[in-house]
Amino acid sequence: MRDVAIIGIGQTKVGEHWEKGLRHLALEAIQAALRDAGTERVDALYVGNMLSGELTGQEHLGALVADFAGMRGVEAVKVEAACGSGAAALRLGYVAVAGGLANVVLVVGVEKMTDALGPEATTALAMAADADYEAGQGLSFVAINALLMRRYMYEYGYKKEDFAPFTINAHANAMNNPYAMFHTRVTADSYAQAKMIADPVNLLDSSPVADGAAAVVLAPATWARRFRGTPVRIAASAVGTDAVALHDRRNPLVMEGATLSTQRAYQQAQAGPEAIQVFELHDAFSIMAALSLEAAGFAAPGQGVRLALDGEITLQGRIPIATMGGLKARGHPVGATGVYQVVELVQQLRGEAGANQVPNARLGMAQNIGGSGATVITHILERMD
Amino acid sequence: MASVPSRNWRLQAQRYRLVGERCERCGTFIFPPRDVCPECEAPAKTPFAFSGRGEVYSYSTLYNPPAGFERTAPYTVALVRLEEGPLVTAQLTDVEPEKVAIGMPVEMVTRRIREDGEDGAIVYGYKFRPARTG
Repeated sequence: MRDVAIIGIGQTKVGEHWEKGLRHLALEAIQAALRDAGTERVDALYVGNMLSGELTGQEHLGALVADFAGMRGVEAVKVEAACGSGAAALRLGYVAVAGGLANVVLVVGVEKMTDALGPEATTALAMAADADYEAGQGLSFVAINALLMRRYMYEYGYKKEDFAPFTINAHANAMNNPYAMFHTRVTADSYAQAKMIADPVNLLDSSPVADGAAAVVLAPATWARRFRGTPVRIAASAVGTDAVALHDRRNPLVMEGATLSTQRAYQQAQAGPEAIQVFELHDAFSIMAALSLEAAGFAAPGQGVRLALDGEITLQGRIPIATMGGLKARGHPVGATGVYQVVELVQQLRGEAGANQVPNARLGMAQNIGGSGATVITHILERMD
Repeated sequence: MASVPSRNWRLQAQRYRLVGERCERCGTFIFPPRDVCPECEAPAKTPFAFSGRGEVYSYSTLYNPPAGFERTAPYTVALVRLEEGPLVTAQLTDVEPEKVAIGMPVEMVTRRIREDGEDGAIVYGYKFRPARTG
């Protein structure tokens, strides 16, 4: 196996891009990443996407995006793992380069969600859950997270407002990210007054439906210096899975897939949670942020919310999360999200995160989750100098 | 996703009578049915009809329903811990949302789950209501 480096990054602003289609969004991120790397030729393209068929009537994104980006003929496929599709595409790109089957690989995550109406998007997102036994009973994806949040509050004795620090932190960090969807501060008051979507999950606990695309270019680490971008090494790439339906889990409040994925990643990187300086986690809902912190070993079971209440998740805290806004405030174009997380982590490790720079960041982790914990893909990245 | 007749037909034993399985090797009660025991990986082919009695493990009231469920919104959904062990995901019925609590005893009833418009299929299946029997 070869060491793999990320040699270029690119992203579009996340938001409602009524003027741009799926292929245009993908192209914009791809061109930015290739420019950053200083290369034009790639051996393969992996496209992470969840809902293009359901929401835009377009599948077959591998060939479509390759052709539209001027790479007709290149090996190209779409990769799907619900909301974990972006990191799943990166994982396959990593496997190709690490295994010596390709040298320069482009990974793009893209999602176009705002062409659909609200109920259509709600129905489409529920495809991440069990169609026969969850969505078929009338549950939205928000409702599934609400079931988790309610039980968590009951078992550990938290109040609704105790979850506010996750939203406040994400929105504060997004203020300095020009690519983020939201540039509005959230206070404890505005969190308390936010509209309820599926009790106890309110609008500010939830990540927004959005359009966006992000891309990275991979190459063998030994080649990295030939390219323009400051290289960052992929120290770990790991996947763990669990039952798709909450009712099939041993304990719904323990994300066993996340524990497996993180442990495998720690083993590969030969590092534990104490060495991780930045954690771009999958805060699709406030409860997911809490459960992720626990599964990754930053907090004991039931203590994820306590960590946030103690201020330890901010840029000055012990483990900064959502440093560029996270899913909640940067936005959550589902199949693109996993690549956005990695792009932002590269910005931190290169020292290019501007006002949100975590001082001396050398080792960081990104974790992308499909469904409510069924596919969990973890990458640990390390500065190369 | 529209409700397809063959799919509704395929799932009727589970939906109407809460039929799952019991693993013959390790005794685990399984719902929904899955053909391979999640605990011991033995083939799980022995049908088992659950009593339908259980208690609320968690719940939520939905204000933004998915397509096909708009007519009954807002409605309350729950994870129910069946007395035999498994959790099941379902809607609650015959109860005001503010009366629902974790630990509340409930029982299974057959009700209308979704409708696909004026001329579309009506799908029936299990919901849970506050327990009336002791």
